[in-house]
Amino acid sequence: MALPEGFVRVPITEQDPKVRAGNFEEVCLGYTDEEAVLEASRCLNCKKPMCVEGCPVRVNIPGFIEALKGGNIEESYSRLSACTALPAVCGRVCPQETQCESKCIRGIKGDAVAIGKLERYVADKARSLGMKPVVTAAPNGHKVAVIGSGPAGLTCAGDLARLGYDVTVFEALHEAGGVLTYGIPEFRLPKEKVVRPEVENIRSLGVKIETNVIVGKSVTIDQLMEDEGFEAVFIGSGAGLPMFMNIPGENAKGVFSANEFLTRNNLMKAFRDDSDTPIYRPARVAVVGGGNVAMDAARTALRLGSSVTIIYRRSEAELPARAEEVHHAREEGIVFEMLTNPVEILTNDDKFVRAIKCVRMELGEPDQSGRRRPVPVEGSEFEIETDAVIMALGTSPNPMLSSATPGLEINKRRCIIAEETTGKTSREGVYAGGDAVSGAATVILAMGAGKDAAAAIDEYIRLKRTNL
Amino acid sequence: MYLIKRKEMLHSTIFLMDIVAPRVAKNCQPGQFIILRVDADGERIPLTICDYNREEGTVTIVTQAMGASTHKLMALEEGAYVQDFVGPLGCPSDLVTGDIEEVRKKKILFVAGGLGTAPVYPQVKWLHEHGIEADVIIGAKTKDLIIYEDDMRKVCGNLYITTDDGSCGRHGLVTQVISDLIEKEGKHYDLCVSIGPMIMMKFCVLTTRKYDLPTIVSMNPIMVDGTGMCGACRLTVGGEVKFACIDGPEFDGFKVDFDEAMDRMKLYRTEEGRALLKFREGDTHHGGCGNCGGDK
Ligand SMILES: Cc1cc2nc3c(=O)[nH]c(=O)nc-3n(C[C@H](O)[C@H](O)[C@H](O)COP(=O)(O)OP(=O)(O)OC[C@H]3O[C@@H](n4cnc5c(N)ncnc54)[C@H](O)[C@@H]3O)c2cc1C
Ligand SMILES: Cc1cc2nc3c(=O)[nH]c(=O)nc-3n(C[C@H](O)[C@H](O)[C@H](O)COP(=O)(O)OP(=O)(O)OC[C@H]3O[C@@H](n4cnc5c(N)ncnc54)[C@H](O)[C@@H]3O)c2cc1C
Ligand code: SF4
Ligand code: SF4
Ligand code: FES
Repeated sequence: MALPEGFVRVPITEQDPKVRAGNFEEVCLGYTDEEAVLEASRCLNCKKPMCVEGCPVRVNIPGFIEALKGGNIEESYSRLSACTALPAVCGRVCPQETQCESKCIRGIKGDAVAIGKLERYVADKARSLGMKPVVTAAPNGHKVAVIGSGPAGLTCAGDLARLGYDVTVFEALHEAGGVLTYGIPEFRLPKEKVVRPEVENIRSLGVKIETNVIVGKSVTIDQLMEDEGFEAVFIGSGAGLPMFMNIPGENAKGVFSANEFLTRNNLMKAFRDDSDTPIYRPARVAVVGGGNVAMDAARTALRLGSSVTIIYRRSEAELPARAEEVHHAREEGIVFEMLTNPVEILTNDDKFVRAIKCVRMELGEPDQSGRRRPVPVEGSEFEIETDAVIMALGTSPNPMLSSATPGLEINKRRCIIAEETTGKTSREGVYAGGDAVSGAATVILAMGAGKDAAAAIDEYIRLKRTNL
Repeated sequence: MYLIKRKEMLHSTIFLMDIVAPRVAKNCQPGQFIILRVDADGERIPLTICDYNREEGTVTIVTQAMGASTHKLMALEEGAYVQDFVGPLGCPSDLVTGDIEEVRKKKILFVAGGLGTAPVYPQVKWLHEHGIEADVIIGAKTKDLIIYEDDMRKVCGNLYITTDDGSCGRHGLVTQVISDLIEKEGKHYDLCVSIGPMIMMKFCVLTTRKYDLPTIVSMNPIMVDGTGMCGACRLTVGGEVKFACIDGPEFDGFKVDFDEAMDRMKLYRTEEGRALLKFREGDTHHGGCGNCGGDK
């Protein structure tokens, strides 16, 4: 039974799967002006907006949508950008279906309002009109250092700059953005069009970004605080270390971490002819894992011309990737081998990957995560022929910074220990948040942590000032 | 952007550059490396720190033009800039971080192959500054490819030079010199540090193992980020997977799986890869250069 008008989301245009499988252009083309206003008009402007409860940074959803309904982009953008420093990013990559949109009242009977797509629309529109977020406070002369330019660091930096702080972001790589720049591919999150301009917006608030600085190597936290006059430090260094399976053959030629593969392609632009960085483009690729990272690696390999199989040890229902990504991957022709786990990588005489030996799995008792634990089916070994294997098994925080910072406590998983609501660490004046604290999570949670830490840093510096 | 303050050609394809990078110069130690990008489309190339001047904020690199990227770098002149320059990466050499009194008790032999002489230099110099004179063997394919000879002589104990073709110093491979020193000339060493092409380090280790002479090697696998993020640089050391960029680049030579490491270097050197890279290489993979691995 078809739902009546108003209960159904305004459809959005996407590139045809057959076409997009061969290019790196964005998959989703976004709403037109008319479509956006039409979709916005489905929002009921709830008195008690449940959607906001679902958003980790509590974006004023009814507020920005209300302004959009009347076509007032400027007001809409100003309400939106007051809550999030990266609206064009969030609108594209947030798992909205489990966050804001999962709580939307409209979703009870019909489709939830397309909050993410509207957020993206407003941010894109504002950018095309040259709108910038506004600075609210006069400079206060206090210096804060932010380590890492991912969503956590950028948000913290932006918020502090708005409060008048003199903020410098230190980034290890040659380009700002963290995973937004090196991890998430172009076809989901365009770099020139979306990431760079949002980073520029944060610069326009007065934030300085120093790239090519690895804190812990190029400079230490102690040097920053003692020699360079930073009164507080926020660590948003992410969880960048790739995991491998430790199975035989993993060091063969043609086995990559998803990080390497994606970094070569996204940060180093290996897909373009004018890039000097090489990338491996074999006929067949197997990707191991089921998260967003696996989908991104698989869809990247596909666009580079390979036929791609995703190998995942649990079943469809447990796939941790966003539903939209899985759907897109399937549409593009990626094959899924569910309930399958690699046990060995087989090579040819030249030690290049030839096949991946797997075993079938079945679901047993629920494990700690509440998901049913996959157990191998005895005697079910089989081979999948492939020329390359990309391991997308997850990542953990890089100990480079923590090991160079005496007194900074970390837990067994190498995550920095920080207070939940403030990001306060075991070192005075040092705060942390995002993946560096939580382990690999989401863009919006990292932003939430950056935001909370900015407030805590502000309070810490004020208090110190009054106590002097 | 990072200024090239000085450039010097050491040979027709080997050059030295002093690059202004104050943060790196301030915090670097012998044994570490940097990563640079020549221009906005450039790849990230790892190069060992060959010297540094903390006052002037400069870092010295010595490079051999091999493929496209290193040729692009060589094309830059004094006063030009490289796009990116990051470091110091990797761990400092154990010699400089360890207990200096322990180091003092040791008789150390450095074995430098070709371009590997450049990264050996700061270590020998550091030891010299701390009153320790180490012996050094420099090996190269031919006379022209011997670099850093005079600088080295000023800071080392005995200096032994050998060339594959006998055009300078002794005639033969560095491994022969190691054996001769120990067996014929009655030298005793407690530690060997070998830096050069992987093939040379491999054979060096095979030789020193015979004499139970502990040997440190400096590994230079393919890298991307240099911060532990990509895993491209992974090696097997003592049966465990290590990332050269964060766990190294120096390792216990007796434990390194050289065959695997050399094999992994070939990844982008396939026929297809060559075409893809629009290779501009001539007679470059001859061994002895100190970086290509001599991995025919
Ligand atoms: C391929 C991929 C796809 C993803 N897809 C999604 C998605 O669709 N939706 C979603 O919500 N989340 C997604 N995520 C997760 C999300 O990107 C991360 O949770 C988020 O980026 C974490 O932000 P962060 O600021 O904590 O760290 P990061 O984004 O990791 O940024 C950390 C930055 O710090 C720098 N750094 C590290 N150490 C140092 C140091 N010592 N000195 C200086 N700089 C340092 C790093 O170079 C990096 O730039 C994805 C992740 C990956 C890898
Ligand atoms: C820790 C370390 C220290 C080094 N120190 C020096 C040094 O002091 N002087 C010096 O001349 N060289 C050094 N090298 C080697 C140098 O980085 C390579 O010679 C250089 O990357 C080759 O670039 P190319 O494009 O000119 O060569 P090509 O031969 O064209 O390389 C072909 C492709 O292979 C890849 N590749 C090959 N070797 C390497 C490598 N070792 N690292 C990363 N990618 C590689 C690149 O992606 C490149 O595109 C070092 C390498 C490492 C890892
Ligand atoms: S930031 Fe993310 S979770 Fe919050 S409203 Fe926007 S899309 Fe939803
Ligand atoms: S819950 Fe849904 S309908 Fe209500 S304000 Fe939020 S987006 Fe609008
Ligand atoms: S170079 Fe990327 S992990 Fe070592």
